[in-house]
Amino acid sequence: MNYLHSIGEYFLMLKGVFGRMTKRSVLKDLIFKEIDDLIISSLGIVAFLSFFIGGVVAIQTALNLTNPLIPKTLVAYAARQSVILEFAPTFISIIMAGKVGSYITSSIGSMNVTEQIDALEVMGINSLNYLIFPKVIAMLTYPFVIAIAMFLGIVGAYTAAVLGGFVGPDAFIEGLQDDFDPFHLTYAFVKTFLFAFILATVPAYHGYYMKGGALEVGQASTTSFVWTSVVIIVTNYIVTQLLLS
Amino acid sequence: MIEVKNIHKAFDGEEVLKGIDFVFERGKTNLIIGQSGSGKSVLLKCMLGLFLPDQGVIEYDGKPYTEFSEDEKKDLSKQIGMVFQGGALFDSMTVEENVLFPLRMFTKQSRSKLMTRVNEVLKRVNLDGSEKKYPSEISGGMQKRVSIARAIVNRPKYLFCDEPNSGLDPKTATVIDNLIQEITREYDITTVIITHDMNSVLEIGENIAFLKDGVLAWKGDKDQVFKTEDETVTDFIYSSNLFKKVRTAQLKGL
Repeated sequence: MNYLHSIGEYFLMLKGVFGRMTKRSVLKDLIFKEIDDLIISSLGIVAFLSFFIGGVVAIQTALNLTNPLIPKTLVAYAARQSVILEFAPTFISIIMAGKVGSYITSSIGSMNVTEQIDALEVMGINSLNYLIFPKVIAMLTYPFVIAIAMFLGIVGAYTAAVLGGFVGPDAFIEGLQDDFDPFHLTYAFVKTFLFAFILATVPAYHGYYMKGGALEVGQASTTSFVWTSVVIIVTNYIVTQLLLS
Repeated sequence: MIEVKNIHKAFDGEEVLKGIDFVFERGKTNLIIGQSGSGKSVLLKCMLGLFLPDQGVIEYDGKPYTEFSEDEKKDLSKQIGMVFQGGALFDSMTVEENVLFPLRMFTKQSRSKLMTRVNEVLKRVNLDGSEKKYPSEISGGMQKRVSIARAIVNRPKYLFCDEPNSGLDPKTATVIDNLIQEITREYDITTVIITHDMNSVLEIGENIAFLKDGVLAWKGDKDQVFKTEDETVTDFIYSSNLFKKVRTAQLKGL
């Protein structure tokens, strides 16, 4: 029953988020601030992880290709498919659930325990819209982060595979272009948009409705990470079934 | 003026307010006092519109809240200023931005005009010079003054204060009390203050409601509160050693 209550509360929250709008000029400033806090500040860790994950995928694939009948171009092919289909959109989103999600939960949760949300409500401001709507809009730029992750993942794979001597540069480029299906990019970005919405709203829900003090803010951040990851994984499964099977 | 009539409010079947009637007068500092759990904060939240009473009416200048249209409710919220117990200042904004915030949200004036008003209010609460500081960089007393400045910057008709001097030393607490009283008179507004602090009652208790277990147990002013023989009130007021000694001296005719 508790889960049903939380799910209902989450959808009511969404109704509030898109309800009475905050003044446009204020909203514009908030959106730019959120883009900086949520997106720009995540680029470093995303770039770092993507590059090395791409590299590891290439090395693992190369080391497991012991059959001489399998062409070396498969290293690039496998790296491309893994990075575009799963590692960039899903794996990076799980990382972002930890980084961005915890930030959202703790910032809104702190405002909750220090009565800042009550202060907004007393002033007649729709606090759900003021706090969460700019985050949702800022996260619309999240696919750019994933595009960068895809690119750097493949660069990492190229670097590891070619510099490691597993495959030549021409073979790698050839493998990269083998059987490329552009719909895989559509699939990856469709789910990225869904993950972006989840990343903005599920942690916000945990921050907005938490009760207690500083300790509970920490607990809410942990719970938020767990649930955001669960929702991302389940959504990933459903979208994959719907679009690829 | 705010009048509450027969206000009832229950949570999970437990009645917290049991039929409160009281008139909060304009131009006066109206105090709600009582022990923790007596229903003070719930009554305040009902008046702020954060809780809907289960029964009873709250009238703002003679008009019941239930008869307000959505637009009128929106207008009413712009006429309310609130000083929270912990200040509730926005951490990510400077002192100046905190005070500017309500103006920015609800007015269409140019920034220079808004800043003139912000500076005027900050000067009124003796905070000129701290405009660019963040809440974490100023003292508790200063935070309360910023909170008061933010509450009055829109020239509200009603000012609500939830334990405005909690956590402050006695001297600063008195400064805050007096500031609220001066502002109440200056702006001719209805001020409602929740407090446990008997010094505040002595300083600014012009109209006092004493709540006990969700019931209005006593009402009067600061002169009457220290003369009353009502046991529920004297038990509360003279619970501290200082006031107990004052009471003993009073009874001995000293």
